[in-house]
Amino acid sequence: MSTLDSLTLTRIPAQDEALRAEVRAFLAEATRDIPAHIRARSWSGYSTEFSRRLAAKGWLGVTLPQEYGGGGRSAFTRYVLVEEFLNFGAPVGSHWIADRQSAPLILKFGTEAQKQFYIPRVCRGEAFFCIGMSEPNSGSDLASVKTRATPNDQGFVLNGQKIWTTNAHHCQYMIALVRTSGTPEDRHKGLSQVIVDLSLPGVTVRPIEDLSGDSHFCEVFFDNVQLGADALIGAEGQGWEQVTAELAFERSGPERLYSSIVLFDQWLQYVRTPEGRTDSARQLAGKVLTQLAPLRAMSVSVQEKLTQGASPIVEAALVKELGTTLEQMIPAAIAEDLFSRDAEDVPVELLQTLKYVTEASPSFSLRGGTRDILRGMIARGLGLR
Amino acid sequence: MNNDLFADAARDVLADQCTPHVVRAIEAGGRTAEATTALWEQLEATGLADALLSEDDGGAGLGLGQVFGVLEQCGAHALPLPLGETMVARALLARAGVARPAGSITLARGERLADGGLRCALVRSGQVAGAVLVQTGTEWRLLGTGDAQGAAQALALDAALTWTAAQVQAAPAVEVNGALDARTLQAAVVAAQMAGALSSVFQRSLQYANERQQFGRPIGKFQAIQHQLAVMSEHVFAARMAAQLGCSGAGVLPDRLRVATAKARCSEAALVVAELAHAIHGAIGFTEEYDLQLFTRRLHAWRQTAGSEAYWYGVAGEALLDHPGMSLDIVRRITDVDAVL
Ligand SMILES: Cc1cc2nc3c(=O)[nH]c(=O)nc-3n(C[C@H](O)[C@H](O)[C@H](O)COP(=O)(O)OP(=O)(O)OC[C@H]3O[C@@H](n4cnc5c(N)ncnc54)[C@H](O)[C@@H]3O)c2cc1C
Repeated sequence: MSTLDSLTLTRIPAQDEALRAEVRAFLAEATRDIPAHIRARSWSGYSTEFSRRLAAKGWLGVTLPQEYGGGGRSAFTRYVLVEEFLNFGAPVGSHWIADRQSAPLILKFGTEAQKQFYIPRVCRGEAFFCIGMSEPNSGSDLASVKTRATPNDQGFVLNGQKIWTTNAHHCQYMIALVRTSGTPEDRHKGLSQVIVDLSLPGVTVRPIEDLSGDSHFCEVFFDNVQLGADALIGAEGQGWEQVTAELAFERSGPERLYSSIVLFDQWLQYVRTPEGRTDSARQLAGKVLTQLAPLRAMSVSVQEKLTQGASPIVEAALVKELGTTLEQMIPAAIAEDLFSRDAEDVPVELLQTLKYVTEASPSFSLRGGTRDILRGMIARGLGLR
Repeated sequence: MNNDLFADAARDVLADQCTPHVVRAIEAGGRTAEATTALWEQLEATGLADALLSEDDGGAGLGLGQVFGVLEQCGAHALPLPLGETMVARALLARAGVARPAGSITLARGERLADGGLRCALVRSGQVAGAVLVQTGTEWRLLGTGDAQGAAQALALDAALTWTAAQVQAAPAVEVNGALDARTLQAAVVAAQMAGALSSVFQRSLQYANERQQFGRPIGKFQAIQHQLAVMSEHVFAARMAAQLGCSGAGVLPDRLRVATAKARCSEAALVVAELAHAIHGAIGFTEEYDLQLFTRRLHAWRQTAGSEAYWYGVAGEALLDHPGMSLDIVRRITDVDAVL
């Protein structure tokens, strides 16, 4: 299999690493008073104030061109930033999707007017985006979406429903995958991406509470929403190709490795104390480390491929699958460790963090494509289907 | 690229000379078998065994990172001779100014006996190697296998070996960097070989899934088999990355924390990959005559060599607990490797 030999050890270039110390100093101060069980939410968390502080430092849209207000830096600069954000458990959820997906998508496929309108505002932390792909009957089977944007003389009329839309209740805009022609039976044909201003008449956003009591994802209803012609992003009918390219960026990044890292570090702090230190905890620490390190090496290597303009879809799926498996193993193994002990005197903050991450962990292998879907993609890459 | 040239050379000679037939003959016959001598001569002729020696010493002046591809090929062909260990041992001997014996050299840990003799309870490849570079505490000695008192060990290639006080006296002592231990050296070599064997097992399983028909179609068309192969590929991929980390760097001496990562990750992968491979192959894979077993048995043997995953988890865990800051610091310490060449 050709892709197997193709990941080579890559080092993040020194000019990108150079930012790390400054970011770290800033985050150490900025997150100092946030309790660990809140920090554990990180990219699922939400703080417009924090996003604006990062924007003021020039750390939003760091890879976007300077002419649109971005930093004009390499993808590795963003890798360093994001890695530090996640490891500190910084609340980056507000701008997360705009910075990671929406602005780069607009840069790639948008018109000049769209770029000038949206990208500078993303970089200033003023415009937040959400992703409208899933629908009640289109989850893994995304090509079956039914939400329809029907062309009319002013642009498009939008009708239908999206679901599981992260942060829709806090965002100004959604980039929605919709049908602009044909029927759901036409599958990939006739799909397009449109930008929906969520303040338009006919849009209803309803938050859904998750099992841990958080409300981060939403149902979004469209009832005869009138969109302008400039809502279309990219070409009509090209939505599927655009979405596929977008997902490779979504899947291999540091956020697929570090969802449980705040918990892990907090647990290590306890294990480092005389009461906490046991042989089996040391073993577990080593098991996590020896899985995490090669994964990070793989993730950096996939980043290198993306930087060079390749489309490492199979490799990205591999990293996500292994990464989320590790992310889910960590809370389970930490619970096993803590409650195999005789003592019940474990710091409450650690237990609260454990509770949150345990409850959140089923989502790790759902969001961004389920485990089975990723395995199917890998199998396709192996030539089995 | 130098690296690839050497790996290609190894692949060529091994594909040609280290056939499944030869592997079986060496496993059955040990040191004195014709196949053992013949294969070693072929390998010697390539010059690979001296690749880590400086050019002044007649080698190619390579570092461990540059011979990763060679070690990987040894694993990919289930080479039953300690070529990797010999490469490392010869480099250490040359640095210490000790004459290098002809033939293969393996690595082992030993203990001194009350009467001045020396015993190695478990010498990996002890049945086929010509000599052993033995570490006893801070002391290293080069001992021949031919005149040692040997006893069988659990795996066909291994032996327990004992030398008399006189033999030890006569054996050259070897000055080795004090920070180094035989287990770390061997683990780096073995992990790289495991990466190669994992890849072989995976390729064989993939091919078999495309060929074997049941219910009127290749079994690779069943989603359950597809997902098993996807999981295998994930482990093979990650283990190879880890093994590369274990051998990274320009010198001959590996980094212990990176080796911990490499050996633990490869050993973990070995279990999963061997299990899935046998599941996919059905009964045929369980037979002696089918070649899959040469690789899966070797994977288990290598998992049991130079520390299993639990041993190296302990080493890595210790490093993590000794570091007061974020895990990310240690992760970066392992992964931020300067490109080799
Ligand atoms: C926290 C969270 C945040 C999310 N945020 C967003 C968001 O912002 N925007 C958005 O659009 N979506 C979002 N999603 C939705 C997510 O992308 C979907 O949940 C996911 O794609 C799966 O779809 P589903 O939930 O409908 O499950 P289904 O597709 O109904 O799948 C159910 C089960 O069947 C399996 N399955 C389905 N098809 C196959 C197949 N062909 N072969 C094998 N197994 C199969 C799946 O793997 C799964 O195990 C979010 C989800 C979560 C949990």
